[in-house]
Amino acid sequence: MTDQQQKDLQHDEVQAGTTTGLAAPSVDVTSSRQNSLWSDAWGQLRRSAIFWTGAVLGVIFVSMALFPSLFARGVDPRDCDLANSKGTPSAAHWLGFDQQGCDYLANVVYGARNSLLIGVLGVLGVLLLGVVVGAIAGFYGRLTDSVLSRIADIFYALPLILGALVLLRVGPSTGLPVISERGPGAVAVALAAFGWMTAMRLVRSQVIAVKSSDYVAAARAMGASDFRILVRHILPNAVAPVLVYATITIGVLIAAEATLTFLGVGLQPPAISWGLQIAQGQSLLRTAPHLVLFPSIILTLTVMAFILMGDALRDALDPRQRS
Amino acid sequence: MTILPTPAPAPWGSAGAAPLLDVEDLHVEFRTRSGVVNAVNGVSYTLAEGETLAILGESGSGKSVSAQAIMGILDSPPAEITGGKIWFEGRDLLTLPAEEQRLVRGPGISMIFQDALSSLNPVYSVGFQIGEMFRAHRGTSRKEAKQKAIELMDRVRIPAAAQRVNDYPHQFSGGMRQRVMIAMAIALDPRILIADEPTTALDVTVQAQVMDLLKDLQRDTGMGLVLITHDLGVVNEVADNVAVMYAGRIVERGTVTDVFSNPGHPYTEGLMSSVPQVESDGGRLVPITGQPPNLSAIPSGCPFHPRCPRRRLGAQALPGRDCAGDVPPLRLVVPGREAACHYSEEVLGV
Amino acid sequence: MGRYIARRLLLTIPVLIGASFLIFAMVYALPGDPIRALAGDRPLSQAVMAQLRDEFNLTDPLWLQYVKYVGDLVQGDLGTDFRGRPVLDTILLRLPVTVRLAVVAIAFEVLIGVVAGVLAGIRKNGFFDNLVLVSTTVIVSIPILVLAFVSQFVFGLQLGLFPIAGTTQGWYSYLLPGLVLASGSLAYVARLTRTSIAENMRADYVRTARAKGLPNKTVIVRHTLRNSLIPVVTFIGADIGTLMGGAIVTETVFNLPGIGRAVFDSVRAQEGAVVVGIVTLMVFFFIFFNLVVDVLYAVLDPRIRYD
Repeated sequence: MTDQQQKDLQHDEVQAGTTTGLAAPSVDVTSSRQNSLWSDAWGQLRRSAIFWTGAVLGVIFVSMALFPSLFARGVDPRDCDLANSKGTPSAAHWLGFDQQGCDYLANVVYGARNSLLIGVLGVLGVLLLGVVVGAIAGFYGRLTDSVLSRIADIFYALPLILGALVLLRVGPSTGLPVISERGPGAVAVALAAFGWMTAMRLVRSQVIAVKSSDYVAAARAMGASDFRILVRHILPNAVAPVLVYATITIGVLIAAEATLTFLGVGLQPPAISWGLQIAQGQSLLRTAPHLVLFPSIILTLTVMAFILMGDALRDALDPRQRS
Repeated sequence: MTILPTPAPAPWGSAGAAPLLDVEDLHVEFRTRSGVVNAVNGVSYTLAEGETLAILGESGSGKSVSAQAIMGILDSPPAEITGGKIWFEGRDLLTLPAEEQRLVRGPGISMIFQDALSSLNPVYSVGFQIGEMFRAHRGTSRKEAKQKAIELMDRVRIPAAAQRVNDYPHQFSGGMRQRVMIAMAIALDPRILIADEPTTALDVTVQAQVMDLLKDLQRDTGMGLVLITHDLGVVNEVADNVAVMYAGRIVERGTVTDVFSNPGHPYTEGLMSSVPQVESDGGRLVPITGQPPNLSAIPSGCPFHPRCPRRRLGAQALPGRDCAGDVPPLRLVVPGREAACHYSEEVLGV
Repeated sequence: MGRYIARRLLLTIPVLIGASFLIFAMVYALPGDPIRALAGDRPLSQAVMAQLRDEFNLTDPLWLQYVKYVGDLVQGDLGTDFRGRPVLDTILLRLPVTVRLAVVAIAFEVLIGVVAGVLAGIRKNGFFDNLVLVSTTVIVSIPILVLAFVSQFVFGLQLGLFPIAGTTQGWYSYLLPGLVLASGSLAYVARLTRTSIAENMRADYVRTARAKGLPNKTVIVRHTLRNSLIPVVTFIGADIGTLMGGAIVTETVFNLPGIGRAVFDSVRAQEGAVVVGIVTLMVFFFIFFNLVVDVLYAVLDPRIRYD
């Protein structure tokens, strides 16, 4: 991973409002080492406390997104009683109640689904755009590369939050599918549209690095098609760095979603989202700080889960760091 | 000449002059997570004024580590000097306070390294880095230090020194960079110069020029030169005496002429027949079989025995001279020659 | 060097145009009616709406609108908002707030980030090093949004040490938002410094410096720190341009009237001219500071030469 790529990643993260300085995947692999790379990496991951902390948190939040009722102690988040408004935590209601008197634990728990959904969908979008554009730019080079790289530069100069903010703000009046629906899909699309550049540069540089290798020349001499060479011989080399990047980016995008929703352009009520909960709790910070605190803590732990996993993965996949 | 507390007579060469440097039974180990690496295991040698001592050995034989121990620049942790004495100008460097040890580096003993490019700081001009010696040790002004740097660059035959004094290391060729290192090392007229593989990274023609320069400087100043190398050719050309190291020990020492013409240790013998020699009659090259020793698990007895073509084990061995069980001490085999082999006499053919 | 800078400046123009056009297109080209959005609840007469459309060139094709916009821009005219106030005035009024915020943030990055990184790097694997590693891991995982509220709650409401909103107390008001804005980069700077120093401590030229008998302080300051701080200085330089984007959330939560807050307000109000104006400015800062960093890099590291 070059300095430029590390800078890119850092830039993305500052933009998203979670600057994971750790997020600097420096992975450099050649295909002959792929197998030992993965088994060595697993050997190291197994012994990494950072990885296990992240993985346990990750499993908890993924289960929370899949089976929220288990974590909400069976309480329906929309079963509210105004009499309980802003109630503080108690033995029966661990996280108290929100302003409408809804059980806050249930609300916070049910928020995991949207966050993770947007994080995962957003990363899939980022990868789709990044891998396709990066592979084309790196593989064809010359003018194609210049044009695509300049386009990436243009997107790159725009702060992620700002681009997504504008797109989501004008989205509803456009009548376009997905983007006008103000749902998780729209947020994921907006994040992917302004967040694909680092993945693109990552894939592009890997493709350029491998393109001139002997085994690619051999495949070409055997008459393999461009597409086949790309998919079978070149892209597998980019898997390790892209995996590290994608893991961390899930966390980054979850934070970005909460920020956009907080700013009023992401998910809209009555959707359940940590960003909305923080926004609604903001004005009650003096009287009911738990309304901001609890979703904040869960949001942070979720982001941390992916950053820890990505961080550990990077260390494990970076052969240079092994002694 | 300073009087040494234990004036050990030099066992060979340099006819009786009191040694400049006397290393006694030096031990260095590295404490790493995966275990203790015994890098230097009881090295002793002396160096006289004007003498060139070559320390010959494979990488990992402890030759560089022992030199860095003398300089006091080992990274600790992980390195730890666990025993021995290093006598220089009547003082044991190992017992000196850090600050006094520092003051020896430069005016007393100085050192040049294998890779001059990485050993010079890329962000300062060569003139600054040479001048730093005068500024740090003599308190010379910046301007005067630069003037002295130019003089030194002239002395090590860097062309157009006055114009190049402000250039950066990366702007010089490999040979010129090594000259800059040499200029820096001799700036304060040290009594001893330790050269750690000074020509390994250079082209053959440049190697000869740099070695000539070192020889000339030594002749002019009378400094002692410790030349660490694995290059038999270089040793043959410039060194007076040679100490051969294996697994952190000296296994043989004597004058270069003696050792090269008739090795007294099977390892030296192996080294001689594993490299082509110009004078040789084109006989076959015989590589030393087996792997260099693992320094965290040095073989018992003679560390070379697993690779030794002459080893004698068990019933074959003479009493107390079992290669796998008894450590051979470094002993005087014939006058002017020491070797650490139970069967040196046979190897020498005496 | 001069030619390099000139060439780089020329290369920034397409990026500047591309980025501003991208925003311009999103604001004006996507279906939707900013004039109607502006009107909100108040019904405007057809005549007034037509007049407004004409005034903002909304009837022209998109590219022509943009060309007219750029034409005005190069003459220093950034247009006006729907209330008739020049966009340039808004920017000039708001920019000092953001600049102050950025200055405070950078100061924190240097004071806390660099110092913590140096102390951690010099004694690698020591207590302080581990403390820095753990705390930076935690800090980078906290979204700015969360950090802003938590710090408002703890330092503002509970401890009463800092104002939680506004700029009424001068520079003092910027300390808390500045720290929040800097937090992520600060952690990154600490880690970068630490890694860089730990790497340089093992460098051959540091060994040479010790072999030269230089005092320990000289070895560390002149031969380790000086080299180690090159990537740190360049990161911080580039970060000035990046902080502008992060300022949106910080200025909104802390209610600071800077350009981040202004761009957020105008996105919400669909004030196209203000959005495009400020975003263009932000993109310019981003590109400009990246250029500055490249030049700085060549100044700090003699091995880098641009021709």
